[in-house]
Amino acid sequence: MLMTTDVRKTSESLPGQKATREIYLPPQRSSITGGGTAHIAAKEFSVYYGEFEAVKKVSADILSKYVTAIIGPSGCGKSTFLRAINRMNDLIPSCHTTGALLFDGEDVYGKFTDEVLLRKKVGMVFQKPNPFPKSIFDNIAYGPRLHGVNDKKKLMEIVERSLRKAAIWDEVCDRLDKNALGLSGGQQQRLCVARTLAVEPEVLLLDEPTSALDPKATAKIEDLIQELRGSYTIMIVTHNMQQASRVSDSTMFFYEGILVEHASTAHLFTNPKDPMTEDYITGRFS
Amino acid sequence: MNIGTRKILDRSFTAVGIGSIVVMALALMIVVVPIVYNGIGAVFFTGTVEHRKMLHAEFKRGDSQDLSSEVASSDRYRAKVYDMLTGFEAELEAMAPEKKAEYQSKYSQVRTALQALLGPLPGDPEPMLTRFKYGQTRWEKAEEKLHDLLYESKWDNSNPNVMSNEYFVSRAIGFEGTSLVKLFPYVKDNLENMLLPEFTVYWGFITDSSVDSHFFGGIWPEIQGTFFLAIGAMLFAFPLGVVAAVYFTEYARPGFLNSMLRSANSTLAGVPSIVFGMFGLAFFINTMKVSESKSVIAGALTLAIMILPTIIRAAEEAILAVPKTYREASLSLGSTKWNTIATVILPAALPGILTGGVISLGRAAGETAPIIFTAAVSVGSAIGLADVFSSPTPALSWNIYNLASEHEAATQIRHVQYGMVLALVTIVLLLNLSAIVLRARISKKLKG
Repeated sequence: MLMTTDVRKTSESLPGQKATREIYLPPQRSSITGGGTAHIAAKEFSVYYGEFEAVKKVSADILSKYVTAIIGPSGCGKSTFLRAINRMNDLIPSCHTTGALLFDGEDVYGKFTDEVLLRKKVGMVFQKPNPFPKSIFDNIAYGPRLHGVNDKKKLMEIVERSLRKAAIWDEVCDRLDKNALGLSGGQQQRLCVARTLAVEPEVLLLDEPTSALDPKATAKIEDLIQELRGSYTIMIVTHNMQQASRVSDSTMFFYEGILVEHASTAHLFTNPKDPMTEDYITGRFS
Repeated sequence: MNIGTRKILDRSFTAVGIGSIVVMALALMIVVVPIVYNGIGAVFFTGTVEHRKMLHAEFKRGDSQDLSSEVASSDRYRAKVYDMLTGFEAELEAMAPEKKAEYQSKYSQVRTALQALLGPLPGDPEPMLTRFKYGQTRWEKAEEKLHDLLYESKWDNSNPNVMSNEYFVSRAIGFEGTSLVKLFPYVKDNLENMLLPEFTVYWGFITDSSVDSHFFGGIWPEIQGTFFLAIGAMLFAFPLGVVAAVYFTEYARPGFLNSMLRSANSTLAGVPSIVFGMFGLAFFINTMKVSESKSVIAGALTLAIMILPTIIRAAEEAILAVPKTYREASLSLGSTKWNTIATVILPAALPGILTGGVISLGRAAGETAPIIFTAAVSVGSAIGLADVFSSPTPALSWNIYNLASEHEAATQIRHVQYGMVLALVTIVLLLNLSAIVLRARISKKLKG
């Protein structure tokens, strides 16, 4: 079931702020098929670490095949929100959620949700490049093998396709049997993207993918995101405002667990509705 | 703190560190050098014709033609000794009774010394024990026995205030005036011709079974028993330990029971090994009846229980040391927990797990106490693989103790004891070395 509800106006309660806030949706892009449908929808969604409420009653629609950036100061809950989408927070024993988070209309935290299947559809790339200590080939083939592809020829096809999509094929095609840890940081991160793409996910979650990389490698990752936009629903957490404005269609601004503003990127950066957003993007606090 | 003091402190710490390493190295040398020197003596030594006779008779080794010509040449020199003995015996018969009695006891001592040196004398009944069938097989022992023949050991008890002193009196003096007096210089001068010493390399010490409780032959049953016990223990303890470690680190919920189990495991690692030995006897043999009596399987199980805590600990540490990012990466690709453990966590933890395993293997090979009641016998032949469920086995650790303290002729076979110690040290050292190499190779593979 696809979410078709177009949540143009969302009410959320912010302490000390006006109760209702207008959410600006990104402009429709005609080139993107299926644009405008919410792929992921949060409804009054909260994430707790024990007693601490890290993400507070967030309601938002993440549109299909768009690039959504999440910005905000450290500790504002943006990574927690991102990791909640493919249930990586399950690794933290004290973590629990309230409200609803829908992926393709199904509750991510539902009783009968298969988190393994969910994670197959919602891939993730982490802050620090984390290739397995295996060969480049085995790294990419890890996911497909998990999901039952064992044919050597088919695997090779998938590996090549994934590496090409991640724009790293030319750099590694002659050393697929070499250990992935021998690559540079930027290459490793693109390898991680390729590894995620190899299981053919629908959503790509990028958790500060360039924070451990130098400017050149960062530029390559950003180019890659541009390449992938339109094919996948991409969410990227970043500390870098320029990056957010460069790569994303819409931007979410989190502050202390609250989704302060969610609007098209152009809109949010040029004409922020909330004074706090303005303070943050102009660098008055961080 | 000013810079001067800080530098002095730094240097003194360095000095203390280097000093302690030097002291350790010296202590190690003091222990290891005699072991190596004497242990090598079990394989490389100056062997006599008696050794070659023994090898031919017991192990069918050596060229019988060469041997018979050697024996013939040595017998030529020995014949004269035997002649002297028969000559003296005739002389003895002709003596007056008191004089005869006086010489008789001295003469029997001479005969005993000669038997020890050259083997059974003509006219002696065929000995029952193999150890009496041959003379001295090792030249340095033969020289000791020659001394026993030439000199009688006596004790000086004249001063009651000090411990009595041993002193030696020449036996030749006792036979002054008889025909036997010529025997002593003759044996002394012709011992080499009678025993034909030559440099011998006896690899059979490692591969032969023992003859007459280690008087002759090698230590293969012990080496094999040690391998059986250690590898048997690993077969039980390693899989169990790794599974337990996976449970502790990945599945167990933190709580009272879990912390109890963990502290029980730590306590188990510190239990004296003799307690495990008693436990093995009481539980595996008396209660579980894995075998009628002592057996390799009972010993291996006991050793397994003993090394289990170490393996669990090492595996736990290794698994916990695997970066969290590997786990995240695997899970985010849609992997199940079990799959993540099997394909990512365990391979990455493998060097640490293997190191713990091989160190435990070395420990299992070297432990004595757990196998005393469960698996070890002091003398026995090598057992077949099918017998591990029913028969006990000799093992290096136990036999080192046994030969050094309980063997009826412990002083006669020191070279065997040292040989066993060297064999055990070498096995443990090789195991640890292989662990280091294995670890380095896998780490290199993981690091790329």
